[in-house]
Amino acid sequence: MTSATASRSIRRRRYTSDQVPLGRVLLRMLGGLVVLVVFVLPYTIMFFGSVKTKAQIRSVEPTYFPREWHWENYLTMWSTPETPLVQNLISTIVIASCATVLALLVAVPAAYYTARFRFPGRFAFLALVITTQMLQPAVLTSGLFRQFVALGMHDTWAAMILTNAAFNLAFTVWILHSFFASIPREIDEAAQLDGAGRLATLFRINLPLVWPGLVTAIVFTFVAAWNEFAASLVILSTAGNQPLSVALTKFVGQYETSWQYVFGISIVAIVPVVVLFMLIEKRLVGGLATGGVK
Amino acid sequence: MLLILGVVLFPAGVMVYNSTRDISISGVDKGSAGFANYVEVFSFPYFWPILGRTVVWVVVVVGVTVVLSLGIAQILDKAFPGRRLVRMVVIIPWAASVVMTTMVVYYGLEPYFGIINRFLVDVGLVDTPEGYGWTRNAETAFAWAVIVAIFVSLPFTTYTILAGLATIPTETLEAAKVDGASPARSYLTVVLPQLRGALSVAVLINIINVFNSLPILKVMTGSIPGYDADTVMTMIFKYIQNQHKVDVASALSVVAFVIVLVIVAVYVRVVRPMREV
Repeated sequence: MTSATASRSIRRRRYTSDQVPLGRVLLRMLGGLVVLVVFVLPYTIMFFGSVKTKAQIRSVEPTYFPREWHWENYLTMWSTPETPLVQNLISTIVIASCATVLALLVAVPAAYYTARFRFPGRFAFLALVITTQMLQPAVLTSGLFRQFVALGMHDTWAAMILTNAAFNLAFTVWILHSFFASIPREIDEAAQLDGAGRLATLFRINLPLVWPGLVTAIVFTFVAAWNEFAASLVILSTAGNQPLSVALTKFVGQYETSWQYVFGISIVAIVPVVVLFMLIEKRLVGGLATGGVK
Repeated sequence: MLLILGVVLFPAGVMVYNSTRDISISGVDKGSAGFANYVEVFSFPYFWPILGRTVVWVVVVVGVTVVLSLGIAQILDKAFPGRRLVRMVVIIPWAASVVMTTMVVYYGLEPYFGIINRFLVDVGLVDTPEGYGWTRNAETAFAWAVIVAIFVSLPFTTYTILAGLATIPTETLEAAKVDGASPARSYLTVVLPQLRGALSVAVLINIINVFNSLPILKVMTGSIPGYDADTVMTMIFKYIQNQHKVDVASALSVVAFVIVLVIVAVYVRVVRPMREV
């Protein structure tokens, strides 16, 4: 089922189902409210914490709400002594963006090719893709580390870009494969009859059609790379090269942790990716149905 | 065209190459030492407790996650005003960095100034006015890490189940209703069996993710000395970072990888989550 039909069938069920008694609707709202509160709570604490002063956030009688709102934390946090936050943010952005682009550059032709043509080893290839999905950076970190040391690439962005791209490749290929496979082959043939080359067929005919799958793949890869932790922890040893996820752990266990800065930078790092994810919320259901579940 | 295949196979091949290198590294590094690293892994006195804790970690986190997700998905599948908002909110822990989510909880659990401690004192669950040092000893820190792990696993699981629920034809439910089945009964006998596909994939991916999870335990229990809150995964990183024994870490990685592989293989055999690929 494509994402479009999936979400359409949900909507149909949502609005045309038989009249639901008011009591039940209220009960559902109550359930929804409980879920809402539980899921928002940690991030509310985070946000409130980010506008408290250090004295407030470390006061022995902590207050649930900030007494006064110290927005200037969002300006002063960039020069906190624990870690070079500006550089951390830059490396997070660079690594995540480049990894996403690289993964797509490889995944799009691969997915198109496997969906369109039967070639020897096609099954083996797809099985390989699935297997790599099972592997995670954490298990392979020591191997990756040795390899990048051998190549003289450890502690570089390039190493993490390659790692992130590679580990997200499996999912990207898989989801795009199912989207390409759902496009009738006749469309390709028609395009080729009209004189379009192979590349033109891919870029001008197929890509617009798999756009939803592409967006899903982009967001997934980007968010995964943005939050990656295990491999970065080992491979990137210079403070300035580390992404935010690694840099932030340096605050833990310190005698005088500047929690307001931890939370400030967390909010800055979380909001954009959450918004991205929310944009594809509808497709998460459909995308998982096609890409993951099948 | 074969070029494309080559381009694709390369990164995938590098990965497979890495995983085989894992094994060879421990051999290459120590030369003739052979299995010495593996011997060190298994003879480490904390190894078996750590392995046991890893099992507890995976089973408890995945189990509770699935049960809670079934409930949440059930709520989110029904129509009510504000449902879209709730659905959006459920995504947050998925998109948000696990490290950052864990940090908030860690801060909240700090004695004296942590918000969660303050709350527990306020509602009378903790007697001492300064709260309790949850993150100061292994057992409680580990327990909280389990809670955080469940929390961050919920969105993916819930959404996978929602995807499963969306594929269930309404007719089957209506038929059950007509036949006089109670809501509980129709849930157990009509909905759950049809969720089998979605559920089994959700469980499988959760097992892999939770087993490989590092950041939560790293933040929660990382500053506790000793090995009383470690799983296989955090132990690998302790070998690399604290003891600089990359060779032993590699051996443990291989052990970990084999464990995952065995779990997944057994699981796929028994549950058959991918009927057609």
